[in-house]
Amino acid sequence: MNIQEIEGEIILEFASFEDWLDKYNHIIESARNIPRIEPKYKEEKFLIQGCQSQVWLRADLEDGKVIFTADSDALITRGIIALLIRVLSNQPPQDIIDAKLEFIEKTGLHQHLSPTRSNGLASMVKQMKLYAIAFKAQTEAQ
Amino acid sequence: MSINVEQLRREFPVLSQTVNGKPLVYLDNAATTQKPKAVVERLMDYYYKENSNIHRGAHYLSMQATEAYEEARETTRMYLNAAFSREIIFTRGTTESINLVASSFSQKFLKEGDEILISAMEHHSNIVPWQMACQQKGATLKVIPMDEQGVLRMDTLDELLTEKTRLVAVSHVSNALGTINPVEDIIGKAHQKGIPVLIDGAQAVPHMKVDVQKLDCDFYCFSGHKLYGPMGVGVLYGKEEWLEQMPPYQGGGEMIKEVRFTGTTYNELPFKFEAGTPNVGDVLGLEAALRFVSYLRHDVISVYEDSLMQYAMKQLATLPGIRFIGTAEHKTSVISFLFDDIHPYDSGVILDKLGIAVRTGHHCAQPVMDFFNIPGTIRVSFAMYNSLKEIDLLMDALKKVRTLFS
Repeated sequence: MNIQEIEGEIILEFASFEDWLDKYNHIIESARNIPRIEPKYKEEKFLIQGCQSQVWLRADLEDGKVIFTADSDALITRGIIALLIRVLSNQPPQDIIDAKLEFIEKTGLHQHLSPTRSNGLASMVKQMKLYAIAFKAQTEAQ
Repeated sequence: MSINVEQLRREFPVLSQTVNGKPLVYLDNAATTQKPKAVVERLMDYYYKENSNIHRGAHYLSMQATEAYEEARETTRMYLNAAFSREIIFTRGTTESINLVASSFSQKFLKEGDEILISAMEHHSNIVPWQMACQQKGATLKVIPMDEQGVLRMDTLDELLTEKTRLVAVSHVSNALGTINPVEDIIGKAHQKGIPVLIDGAQAVPHMKVDVQKLDCDFYCFSGHKLYGPMGVGVLYGKEEWLEQMPPYQGGGEMIKEVRFTGTTYNELPFKFEAGTPNVGDVLGLEAALRFVSYLRHDVISVYEDSLMQYAMKQLATLPGIRFIGTAEHKTSVISFLFDDIHPYDSGVILDKLGIAVRTGHHCAQPVMDFFNIPGTIRVSFAMYNSLKEIDLLMDALKKVRTLFS
């Protein structure tokens, strides 16, 4: 599936929840399925700044696609980044760069996106796009 | 006399709203307190009827505003029981008060090889200004350690106070742990060696009567907004003997006596430290807050707030997996805790959804979190308008948090 199709899938999932508690339950459930970053990479280099909870994010390029792994010490934060990974991982760098990520607003997750919110969803998105830009530049240079 | 909380809450309009469809339970008072009508109305009155620049004009409004501003200084003097109103400097808040002393005092008295002594439970505002001063002068920052209860290790003090120590800066009450520090003892010991002491009173002034002469501290700092007053205004009390010797902190209008291009002579206290147009409106708002608290009486407020804290501690202790951070015998109005393995951020998000405002995180005291080896805590902090019912609502909410994350 491409990015937009996965976004559509997530929007549908969230639309089926009637109250906020179910939404959070879903985020927490998503946290359990996160492709975990290897423990040895849980270091300063992979830490995203600007989070009240800690977030480690790593990216690798495999067969022209970016593979993200991550973790966080807070469950809600881990769930949110798991959703981002579900959308953006295993996609070509250019698609990641172009992704509008409309699902964030349509699911209500944008409440967490404001730069003043300390979980740093904005920083996570920015970091994922930066990885994609770096991989694209790297590929083009070869 | 006792607190009639239902009646009192009507003085704080912000408290009667709903958040996320739930009645607001505001338990983040150590971050900032809500404002009573008396304070907001004072601000309105000033801007509607009295606004004018002070200490300058000979016109009616300016004279009125000047008089009101200086009267507020006198009210603040009485509130702290300072000896002279010229020992009261209005600032933007505790942070600026500490920065003023760190900068001005250090300029005059701190030199290479000297030491400044702070404590292990300071807010960043009482760490960073001293680090900056020490870096600039080649001095060393020393730290009074604390124990697992969050109590300062007073047994280390004699050794830490050396002939190199130029100043001691400690909090009266810890913002992260609620510990009331034995500041009288610290001041007594420091003074035996002729060392001045600055007390960060941001978390103490809202909860207890402070008498700076009785304490015999050399500097005392607090913020208006944690004491039911406006944001952006605070107080530095300094003993005249120190303030007289210290150079001005900022240059500008108000702080000068005479300005020539060849040189400037400075105004006398307190104006020497109040460069530029002062924050007149907020100072008057702060005065209204001091009057409001004085009218209700500190002893009455303390008894009530203690009863809230005792009740909350008792209730929270029934939660399985709870871990209190900061278990000093002498505490006030702050409870920091963690429960199970739930990250404080996760709890904070869900509590907010349930209408409960608490602080989660490191509370601008990262060294304290490092000491306990935790990412942060959930901090519940009380003010005079909180009720037992709100603590019950907090308990219900925490049980929901637990269900969600288990």
